[in-house]
Amino acid sequence: MNAEQTFDLKIHTVRELNQALHDAAGSAGGRYRIVNAMGDHALAVGIDAPLEVEIHGHVGYYCAGMNKHARVTVHGNAATGLAENIMSGSVRVKGNASQSAAATGRGGLVVIEGDASARCGISMKGVDIVVHGSVGHLSAFMAQKGRLVVCGDAGAALGDSIYEAEIYVRGKIADLGADCEEQELDAEHRSALAALLREAGVDLDAGEFRRYGSARRLYHFHVDHADAY
Amino acid sequence: MCGIVGLFLKNKALESKLGALFEPMLIEMTQRGPDSTGFAIYRDPVPAGTVKLVLQHPALDYDWSHAAAALTEAFRTDVDHRRIHTHCLFTLTAPEAGVRRFLHEALPEIAVVSAGRHIEIYKEVGLPREVAERFALRSMQGSHLIGHTRMATESAVTTAGSHPFSTGSDLCLVHNGSLSNHNRLRRKLARLGAVFHTENDTEVAAQFFDVQLRQGATLEQALRRALTELDGFYTFTIGTSDGFAVLRDPIACKPAVLAETADWVAMASEYRAIARLPGVEHARLWEPEPATVYVWGGAGKQGAVLGSGPLARAG
Repeated sequence: MNAEQTFDLKIHTVRELNQALHDAAGSAGGRYRIVNAMGDHALAVGIDAPLEVEIHGHVGYYCAGMNKHARVTVHGNAATGLAENIMSGSVRVKGNASQSAAATGRGGLVVIEGDASARCGISMKGVDIVVHGSVGHLSAFMAQKGRLVVCGDAGAALGDSIYEAEIYVRGKIADLGADCEEQELDAEHRSALAALLREAGVDLDAGEFRRYGSARRLYHFHVDHADAY
Repeated sequence: MCGIVGLFLKNKALESKLGALFEPMLIEMTQRGPDSTGFAIYRDPVPAGTVKLVLQHPALDYDWSHAAAALTEAFRTDVDHRRIHTHCLFTLTAPEAGVRRFLHEALPEIAVVSAGRHIEIYKEVGLPREVAERFALRSMQGSHLIGHTRMATESAVTTAGSHPFSTGSDLCLVHNGSLSNHNRLRRKLARLGAVFHTENDTEVAAQFFDVQLRQGATLEQALRRALTELDGFYTFTIGTSDGFAVLRDPIACKPAVLAETADWVAMASEYRAIARLPGVEHARLWEPEPATVYVWGGAGKQGAVLGSGPLARAG
């Protein structure tokens, strides 16, 4: 593994940083330390290598978007679109994340140690998301695959128009969205959730969570509606 | 898109640096709104009975002394005036409503940009850096500033369509978003006596607040009514004589971040606008909740003591 490289965003441009990360595509690894992030957009986007990236400061829009293989940690808060369309690897935020965190994510793990605001996991397609705090309204909207785990509370219209993603919530839910219902949490779900909580660094019993998913009334053809055609 | 920034100083020792602290915030929001730029500064309050008006005419060589003479004659009082680029700051002892009416009838080519005892609004088409230069923002001193960088969607790129919009005495409104029911609401407000100068959706919101307040609503009540009457996307910031208020629509697509230290309260569309304020690394930082009214200061009461946190209640 290479020695750690440091990018000071008071000196380096975001373009220089991202180019260096992209140049590492296909490599076996490397460690990168980014300091003085001042809310800049598109930091560490499009990585395609098992890099260790530590970002110090608050990040702007779309941080760690499209991540593949890398482990990105933000020591601060993240603005809109954190880890959008993440493919694999992991993205961890020590503070809060703004709206649309992990939107459309296809794989990997996103951990938010604080709260996430509206539309967390919107249209998620396979990513696992663990929020230590609470999530805002319309989280997991049209979620297709993957797991959203909320250790705190969830805002209005949770899981609206959900497909086959799974939602686990420990606290209160303002209300469930269309076609989202509470479902049984069996031993298999519980042991898989316990493993995910461990991976995300959450010291909670999986038995404290309730499980939600699609009632499958919205997107499946229902024979009772046959006369409508 | 549009960018909003607000800075309210709790520590009076910083007031001499207000413009210098605020200018980089406004310029940081250039990408969000390169079409026009404006700001409302609250400074140099005049005594009760006296009014400050910022007037605007597009001609740089407009003869403001003619307007001053007309006001002197109409209101039989001394009139101070000071040209600042295309704007001119007038101070006179006369009723605000009467002065507005007189200007509307006698000098219709002049636009009233702001009126009150504290507020001065300056706004123009152009990049934030250019507009800040024209009005010497950096050297301005005062208690608080609200600014806006506009990316036009609903109406033309003109000075009149720039933000902030004056919405009653000492109040101003900046808006990120777009309203979808502004045409219907404009007709409704016009029937209640509101006079419109543009086709701009934010002017409708400004007039909505003005009508509510004239009918006796508090600022907080007016903001709550906005949640049911205004349809569309919005993050609003409203400047008051001694503070500001923030409201996001229930869907909350339009961004906002708030930060507070012992010395200041800042609001911005994005964190990067406040990232260079002194002490920001120890600030309390949060995203305002949807459909929740946040108010600092006494919303019009003079000399009200600023609370330690936001007066936030679920909408």
